[in-house]
Amino acid sequence: MPKYFNPEIETASRDYLTALQSARLIKMVQNCYDNVPFYRKKFDEMGLLPGDIHSITDLPKLPFTVKQDLRDNYPFGLFAVPREKLMRIHASSGTTGKQTVVGYTKHDIEVWSEGAARAIVAAGGTKEDYVHVSYGYGLFTGGLGLHYGAERMGATAIPVSSGNTQRQIQILQDFGSNILCCTPSYAMYIGESVRRMGIDPKTLALRAGIFGAEAWSENMRREIEKALDIKAYDIYGLSEIAGPGVSYECQMQTGMHVCEDFFYPEIIDPDTLEPLPAGKYGELVFTCIGKEALPLIRYRTRDISALSYEQCECGRTLVKMLKPRGRSDDMLIIRGVNVFPSQVEHVILSLGMEPNYQIVVDRINNLDTMTVKIELSDTMVSDSVKEIEKQEHKIHSTMQAVLGVSAEIKLVEPLSLPRSEGKAVRVIDNRQI
Amino acid sequence: MAIHQISVFVENKPGRLADITAILAKGEVSIRAFSIADTTDFGILRLIVSDTAKASQVLREAGVASSVNEVVAVSVPDITGAFAQVVEVLAKAGENIEYAYAFLTPEIGTAHVIMRVGENKKAIAALTQAGFAVIDNEDVL
Repeated sequence: MPKYFNPEIETASRDYLTALQSARLIKMVQNCYDNVPFYRKKFDEMGLLPGDIHSITDLPKLPFTVKQDLRDNYPFGLFAVPREKLMRIHASSGTTGKQTVVGYTKHDIEVWSEGAARAIVAAGGTKEDYVHVSYGYGLFTGGLGLHYGAERMGATAIPVSSGNTQRQIQILQDFGSNILCCTPSYAMYIGESVRRMGIDPKTLALRAGIFGAEAWSENMRREIEKALDIKAYDIYGLSEIAGPGVSYECQMQTGMHVCEDFFYPEIIDPDTLEPLPAGKYGELVFTCIGKEALPLIRYRTRDISALSYEQCECGRTLVKMLKPRGRSDDMLIIRGVNVFPSQVEHVILSLGMEPNYQIVVDRINNLDTMTVKIELSDTMVSDSVKEIEKQEHKIHSTMQAVLGVSAEIKLVEPLSLPRSEGKAVRVIDNRQI
Repeated sequence: MAIHQISVFVENKPGRLADITAILAKGEVSIRAFSIADTTDFGILRLIVSDTAKASQVLREAGVASSVNEVVAVSVPDITGAFAQVVEVLAKAGENIEYAYAFLTPEIGTAHVIMRVGENKKAIAALTQAGFAVIDNEDVL
């Protein structure tokens, strides 16, 4: 069984990696300057020229990129390649109903597929395996990301997509899936359904799972491993950088190796924006040194993590990022979908209601639930229960269309939501992760 | 000739109904008739009161969400089969009853039935034609 998908890179010396990263950064910066007016303007304002960047150690000279920049240049403004070079578009939900749009060239799809392929091999995947992909397929990068990864490393991809748990389990049984890819909460749910159906997980051919797109704990890992009789591996990614496979866990399960030949990681202090030394927790920042269509420079992920350059027992030399501890903004991840409180507010305002609301997030039966409590006003009161319920349904369907995830709507009395110092508490997250 | 009804949104939690009725009492608003429609999360308290405008005002001041609409109220003799006739008249007129509630006035010997129908005008015309006395807020003071 091969231990690495790409041993030359995954076990390369630090000197080799630094030289590769430096060469790629120089090329990338020139590409940004020549082809992305947004970056050229930023460089000009800072009095910076591509020629000022000689190695990866010059990275702190470069400006940051934030999600707002993608929004301001919606949809394709930050793309560095002409349309004929684009091969694929993906998108994820943004803060005001506008999506964050990302593009890939053929080369970029190969880079991303390689990241996902490395992740599958690190989880013990081989060419003989059936890789069962239960992430959603579509604009969301989860499904297609793992799918291409599985094909790239030579396994057989089963594109089940998300939902229909009965069918998922039937395929696990009948096809003999070996590796399951989905969100950790969905893996828990599948595990519970397997137990409820009286199936002994030991009778399944399932050996490993690759779970990501939402926060999960060591406890949850142990529960999933027990429920499905597998080893559960973490995977990290975000569409702005590529998708799942930006970093991945190995057999040691002690952090995720970053594909730093494509995506160079830094940790910064989110307040001072100064780089932090290895081992310190701060905001994770990536520079897409290996990508063509959307070569983001120092993209602030808002995830709080730390980097570890210590030698890993698996033999990989790629730096490890530790499990993100939270976020430096107010983004919520609900069943793998990014949700910003401002999106909820946007929907409420667009329906002509007062923005007096509260979002309550919980995890029930290992699935994230979101309830939006909205204070109703006199104009929304009716003598008819049907009328009020009709309003709730309308809010519910608009919310679902904008957020991409279902939220329970609960109308409450005016002034009943807590206010502290005049400012409302917008989000209550009861999840024990 | 329809009657004004005030509807109050009430969350399902202990003491809430007591709070709201206390607000009305303090505002010297008398409740002439009421009904409660409930769902899992909330209820709607429907009231016919002595002074609808005053009730709206005191509720608003207390931060309670309410609204006023018009419903049909009819005076029915307190005899067996009288309400059946009312329903039949409305059915013949093609009017649906979404909800209804009633209260007796033993001293007068009639019952007042309050109904939410599809079209007030049509229902009132049909009831009047059939000889029923349609009443308004003045009649229940």
